[in-house]
Formats: sequence, structure tokens, C-alpha cells
Amino acid sequence: MTDHTILRVVTKLLIPFVLLFALYVQFHGDYGPGGGFQAGVIFAAGFVVYGLIFGLAEVRRVAPARVVEIFIAAGLLIFAGTGVVTMLKGGNFLEYGALNPAHPAEGQHLGILIIELGVGITVAAVMIAIYSAFAGRGRA
Amino acid sequence: MIEHLPVLQIIVPMIAAPLCVLLRRRLLVLGFAILACWITFGLSVALLDQVLTNGVVRYEMGGWAAPWGIEYRVDLLSAFVLLLVSGIGAIVLTFAPRSLSDEVPVSRHYLFCSVYLLCLTGLLGIAITGDLFNVFVFLEISALSSYALIAMGGRRQALPAAFQYLVMGTIGATFILIGIGLMYMMTGTLNMEDMATRLAAVDGVRTGLVAFGFFTVGVALKMALFPLHVWLPNAYTYAPSVVTAFLAATATKVSVYILLRFVFGVFGVEFAFERLGLTTILLPLSLAGIVVASTVAIYQRNIKRMLAYSSVAQIGYMVLGISFATATGLTAGIVHLFNHALIKGGLFMAMGCVMLRLKSVDIDDMAGIGRKMPFTMAAWAVGGLGLIGVPVTAGFISKWYLIRGALELNWWPVAVLVLLSSLLALVYVWRVIETAFFKEPSERAQTATEAPLSMLIPTWVLIGASIFFGLMTSRSAGIAQQAAEALLRGSP
Repeated sequence: MTDHTILRVVTKLLIPFVLLFALYVQFHGDYGPGGGFQAGVIFAAGFVVYGLIFGLAEVRRVAPARVVEIFIAAGLLIFAGTGVVTMLKGGNFLEYGALNPAHPAEGQHLGILIIELGVGITVAAVMIAIYSAFAGRGRA
Repeated sequence: MIEHLPVLQIIVPMIAAPLCVLLRRRLLVLGFAILACWITFGLSVALLDQVLTNGVVRYEMGGWAAPWGIEYRVDLLSAFVLLLVSGIGAIVLTFAPRSLSDEVPVSRHYLFCSVYLLCLTGLLGIAITGDLFNVFVFLEISALSSYALIAMGGRRQALPAAFQYLVMGTIGATFILIGIGLMYMMTGTLNMEDMATRLAAVDGVRTGLVAFGFFTVGVALKMALFPLHVWLPNAYTYAPSVVTAFLAATATKVSVYILLRFVFGVFGVEFAFERLGLTTILLPLSLAGIVVASTVAIYQRNIKRMLAYSSVAQIGYMVLGISFATATGLTAGIVHLFNHALIKGGLFMAMGCVMLRLKSVDIDDMAGIGRKMPFTMAAWAVGGLGLIGVPVTAGFISKWYLIRGALELNWWPVAVLVLLSSLLALVYVWRVIETAFFKEPSERAQTATEAPLSMLIPTWVLIGASIFFGLMTSRSAGIAQQAAEALLRGSP
């Protein structure tokens, strides 16, 4: 797509806003529609658009397969790790109130924020991995 | 920490899975995954011990009380299945490293371990949870990871086999989900115990019947009950040996567990059997499955495929026991679930040893292999005797309960059919033993040597266990009997 100047320029302009909007959906999920899954998909969409216009090789330069893999695992670990922390603090698994025994409601806010972040990271990374697996079919 | 046992049972393999991806180095990952599996097994032993001393163990996820939150509920049947699944998981993964390096590219071993642990998580989760929707979630975790595991098979046919399983498995899961949705619509709860009490209020509503139908058919697909078994032979044949051993010994068994929990725990024996007449469906299907699948097994050249068809027949035995809806019948079903897992796991592991040395599991190539690999084939022979149901082996205990159950009901033809089908098993087992021990070595067998100890020992542990539980039945049949009585009393 080297000669489609308009596409290239517009994509470059759009991508930062796509990523920013993903972060908004992620962290506003507590108060409005949104949350980790949607945010992860939007975040990955930024990478997919980048790949469609500039080619898979460019995406892999930004997000190498190994890094994507690490993020897939890390998101799940953040989620499960939060549960383990609540257990260590004397609650049941994923009992967010235990994160802040003085103010259980605040603990719940914090807990949900963290696990949604884990969901977002894993979903975004899985989406990028699926895209590059399909787009890279037949190539190495 | 003791009160967290139920949740630790699930999160140890669940957290170990992503850690495998992070560790990545082959030996490190294999060692770590094996350690995690044995810890999981230890936890299930502790859990069974707790259930035996204190009765039902409960755990509220996130501190939310039972009918609203997700509750883990471990009774005797759950603990028994947990012990079985985690034990097989640990033994098979200990067996795995050598077999894997032969059948799966080394660069994928860390992913294999990760997916294996996720599959284990899913299977354990199904057995431990008291929440019907949670069952579906764990079912999908185990199913999706088992598709990936099967697709790792070295031959090209592994991909279509995995895809076929994916299509059939998804249909099954969808049916189950529709069933759960309808149940939720009727009762407004997802907690199985709560649902069982609320069902009485909506007695006779057609939605309940439809839900029951969808759920039962979905589970029958998942556990490969004849004639819904079509996905199973290919999946077992083309998967890597390790995966076949693990899935054959656990996946279908856990599906049988779901059927037990749902039919007896939620709907209750009175509704399902006395009013709906589930026996008239399950009995002919299981008998047909036993006879047809055993007969088909006789004609297979690929021994892994032969054992796969034998698995379909064995599922028939379990369902046959369940269809009696008596304490003895249920005991037969549950104890066969346990015994067959040991036997079939051991047999498929022996096939893994054969695959390692021969690069083939065709009966022609296996000619004379008994002289070259005496320990492997001796394990196979002992496992085969268990399949037939020869006294002293665990298989005999199952058949004994099954026949006793049939005679209690005065169903003579059923008892005779069970005995006759054992003769079919004798034919397909003997065919392999004769080829392996009494024929001149084939070209491939001539150069074969005994399998390495790292694979022989786990194989013999399972085969030895199948003998042990043929002699010492208090732990297997005893627990199965208590679990069966609890199910008939109608506690979910």
C-alpha cells in the first residue's frame, strides 16, 4: 500500500486515538459501559489496522510474537494473582473487600480495576496473536 | 490454609499454565509442570481425606454466599473424580517428556505443558463446582484446550480430527448451554443445590423437559455415548500418545460425572427415571454401543484406534450401570469410571512406548514386539486382561457390580449380553497379544529396544493400580458405593 498516501496518513493519525479510546473504555468500565474485554479488542484493533495498511512485518516489529505471548500469560497472572493476594490477606479467593479491610468498598473498586486490567491485557494480546497467526499463514 | 483447599485445587494448575509460557525453557517448564501436577494431586488427596472425615466441603468464591455467588461444593463423588483426574494428570505428564520429544516439535513443548495444565484445570473445575453455569465455563476450558492438544499430533490427520472434535464438541457444549439457559429461566438460579429444591415448584412445565433433553443429549455427545461417538476414534488415534492417554482416561469420565450430577443431583432419580423413563433411552443405546463398538474394535489395524473403539464400548458399560438407577447399578457405573480410567490410561501409555520405538502402532508392525519390549507388552497384556474383566483385575470388579445390578432387577438378557461382550473384548485383546508375543518379529520390531524407564515406570504405576484396585476394593468400590447412595438420596 505504499502509494495510498491518504490511507497511510489517516491511519497514522487515527491509531493514537484508537489506543487512547481503548484505555478510556478500560478504566471507565467501572462507571459506564466498558471493561477489559471491550478495551482489549479496541486496543488490538489499532494494531490490526496498522497491520492492514503497513504490513504484518511492521506489526511484528512493534509487537514481536514472544512479547505478545508474554502479555497473554501476564494478563491471566494479574487476574489470578489478585485472587491469591486476597487469599493472603485473609479473604476468600477473589474477595476484593479483603484488599482494603478498613474500607471494603474501596477494596472492591481496586480489585475490579486490577482484574479488568488483566482481562484487557490478555484479550488485546490474544487478538493480536490471532491476527498475526492468520495473516502470517503460509509465511514463516 | 486448609479452608482454601477447594480453590487451591483449581488455581494451582491454572496459575502454573501461564507461568509455563513465561518460563519457556523446555526442561524448566517440564519440571515445573510436573511438579504443579503432583501438588494438584496432593491437594486432591487432602480434599478427599477432608470429605471422608467431615462430609461435604464448601467454598464461597469471592466471599459471595451460595445461591447468588459461585460455590465450590465437594462431596464424595466430586472428591473421587478430582482424585482420579489429578492422579492421571500427574502420572501421564511424568510419562510425557520422552514421548513428547519424539512426537511434538521441541519448540512447542512449553506451549504443550501450558495447554495441558489448562485442560487439567477445566476437568477439575467441572468436578468441583456447584454452579451449573460454572460447569459450562470449565467444560469449554477443557474442551478448547483438548482441541489444541489433539491438533499437536504429528500426522496431518491430527488437524481434521481435532476440527471434527471441535465441531461435535461445540454442538454438545451449545446443547448443554441451551439446557442451562432454560433451567435458569425456569428456576432463576444457577446453583445446583438450589435448583434441585426450586424445580419442585415448577414441576411438569414443558421448559423443564426441553432443558433436560438438550442437556442430556449435549452431555451424551461429550462423553461419546453411542451413536454420538463419531468424533472419538479419530481424535484418539491421531493425537500425540501422551494426549490420548490423558484424554482417554479423564475427559469422557468427567462427562459421565456431569451426567450423574445433573440427572441425579438436579432433577432427581424420581423425575428422570420413574416419570421420564430415561432407562428406555440409555439402556438400549449403551447395550448397542457395547456390542457395536466392541465388534468394530476387532477389525481395526491401528491399535490406538482399536482402543478408542473399546473406549466407546466402555462408556457403554458406565451408562448401562447408570441406567439401572439402583444403588448397585450406580456403583458399577462409578467404579467402572475409575477402573477404566486406570486401565485405558495404562494401555494408551503402553501404546506410547510402542510408538516411541516402532514409529507405528499398526498391528502388522507390532508382530513379535513382545520379545523386544517385554515390559511394555506385559503391561499391555495386564491392561488388556482388565479390559476383558478377568478376576484379580479392576475390570472384574466393575463387571461384577454390573452383572449383580442386572440380576437384582432380574434383567437376565442384560447380564448375558455383558458377559458375551466380554468375549468380544477377549477377541480384540487376544489378537494383539498373539501378534506381539507369538509371531516372528516384523521389520520394524527387529530393531526395537525396550522403552526407557522414564516411560515404563509411570505405565506400570497405572497398570499396577488397576491390579491393586482389583484386589483392594474398599477404597474404590467402597467410595463409589457411598457416592451412589448419596446420589440416590438426591443430594446434588
